[in-house]
Amino acid sequence: MDLYAEEILDHYKHPRHFGHLADPTLTFHDRNPLCGDEITLELQIADGKVADVAFTGHGCAISRAAASMMSEEIIGKSLDELREWDKESILDLLGIEVGPVRIKCALLPLKALKAAVWGLGEDE
Amino acid sequence: MPTPTMTQSTSSQSTSLDVEAIRADFPILERRVHGLPLIYLDNAATSQKPRRVIDTLSGYYEHTNANVHRGVHTLSEEATAQYEGARAKVASFIGSCCPKEIIWTRNASEAMNLLAYSWGRANLKRGDRVLLTEMEHHSNIVPWQILSAELGFEIAYVRVADDGTLILDDLPKLLARTKLFSFTYMSNVVGTINPVKELTRAAHKAGALVHLDACQAVPHMPVDVQDLDVDFMSFSGHKMLGPTGIGALWGRRELLNAMPPWMGGGDMIREVHLTGFKPSELPWKFEAGTPAIAQAIGLGAAVDYLEQVGMAAIHQAEREITTYAMQRLPEVEGLRMLGPAADKRGGLVAFTLGDAHPHDIAAVLDNLGIAIRAGHHCAQPLHERYRLPATARASFYLYNTKAEVDLLVKGLHKVVEMFTF
Repeated sequence: MDLYAEEILDHYKHPRHFGHLADPTLTFHDRNPLCGDEITLELQIADGKVADVAFTGHGCAISRAAASMMSEEIIGKSLDELREWDKESILDLLGIEVGPVRIKCALLPLKALKAAVWGLGEDE
Repeated sequence: MPTPTMTQSTSSQSTSLDVEAIRADFPILERRVHGLPLIYLDNAATSQKPRRVIDTLSGYYEHTNANVHRGVHTLSEEATAQYEGARAKVASFIGSCCPKEIIWTRNASEAMNLLAYSWGRANLKRGDRVLLTEMEHHSNIVPWQILSAELGFEIAYVRVADDGTLILDDLPKLLARTKLFSFTYMSNVVGTINPVKELTRAAHKAGALVHLDACQAVPHMPVDVQDLDVDFMSFSGHKMLGPTGIGALWGRRELLNAMPPWMGGGDMIREVHLTGFKPSELPWKFEAGTPAIAQAIGLGAAVDYLEQVGMAAIHQAEREITTYAMQRLPEVEGLRMLGPAADKRGGLVAFTLGDAHPHDIAAVLDNLGIAIRAGHHCAQPLHERYRLPATARASFYLYNTKAEVDLLVKGLHKVVEMFTF
């Protein structure tokens, strides 16, 4: 089954960077009320770059795998670089075909990231 | 065209429906999904359509198509006769005294909005109460919330017990100051069939009118508005083998007569002048603009089909398949069903499965050709009450088989295999 490629299920079952940071610079919480997916993204910023990241929340395999893969990828990236990210960045990471219904699941972590790096989410 | 047949023979189904003959009437059941035969278990969202309904729709467009109530030409007269004939069929199907008590709408949501904006705006004021239940579909909550913000009346809710039944201990207290008690006949999430007569008696005793959301009931069991003694009832066509785009509000004619029009336009007027208008009589008073003509006629064909099979037999068959599903589903590790025992519910089962998200459950099943619903099923308050963001739901209709339930269970074992940590 394409949607549940081995790598997706691996990230779902063993999410990287799942948990909290001791002293996050930016935190942003977002949810997808239609599915009940929820994510809290914490970023540690140093010299304009992502030094560390952590996320918590619950959701389907797609949204959780997307959060996990995104977290691995953004470490070391500058905020300016991340502001350039769009949905293709995430879909490339996932490497699967995501249909119109599940696209919201896949993009929830990106939505939280964009809000955080644009400085909207200085905590709740 | 093949006709559904009643039989006393049982085979493996042990119901009075000849399910194989019924299945042959539904062309879509022949299609494959991801290379496997479609197993359609999302009937609470919408039902599939028998050949008779599909042929009625195309036949209407091929032979009859014209606007209704206007032309004096042959086509318009035929279209009007078929369109109004469908209204009479639907009226008789739900035990209404007369066709003019059936107001066509696009769907049940529109029926409830009609009730809120016409009856509600004319009858509700600050200090009044509208009583709902915690298990309502959003369409029986949001119109009242919108109107309450405008008129200042209060909304109260009958709460739901852990087993998915209504908590009725304090009903008389809740009914105080209540002008309208609006509740669902059958929950689209927990499946509970509510005691309509008991609730209606209590409401009437307290001086309140009753509106029944019968979306999940009219397609699945015999419903008689006069026997139930309710005042208004909403339902949709597409859940009862009919087309989308057609639904109805039924109301007692003296109540409908006293209600103001809600949408203005063509067909709903008796006369119009630059200085004002006089509304038409029932039912057209509430039906502005060219209606969903083909869809209404298609719904009439669906009613013919349902009556031929028999609503009591359909209800019985669904109860049997639901009982069977509720016996088999707990075999799946971590599966938790919501709602009451099979004898207190209609033909659906909502469940959670360990930590697997309902979207993942539904996506894995889809790959096996099995269609179920995942989400909050337009009943977010009920999910909040159970502290669940979403559930998975399998819902049955007259063409479903126990063999399909077996394949559902097999598919759920696969979900467990894939998503267990």
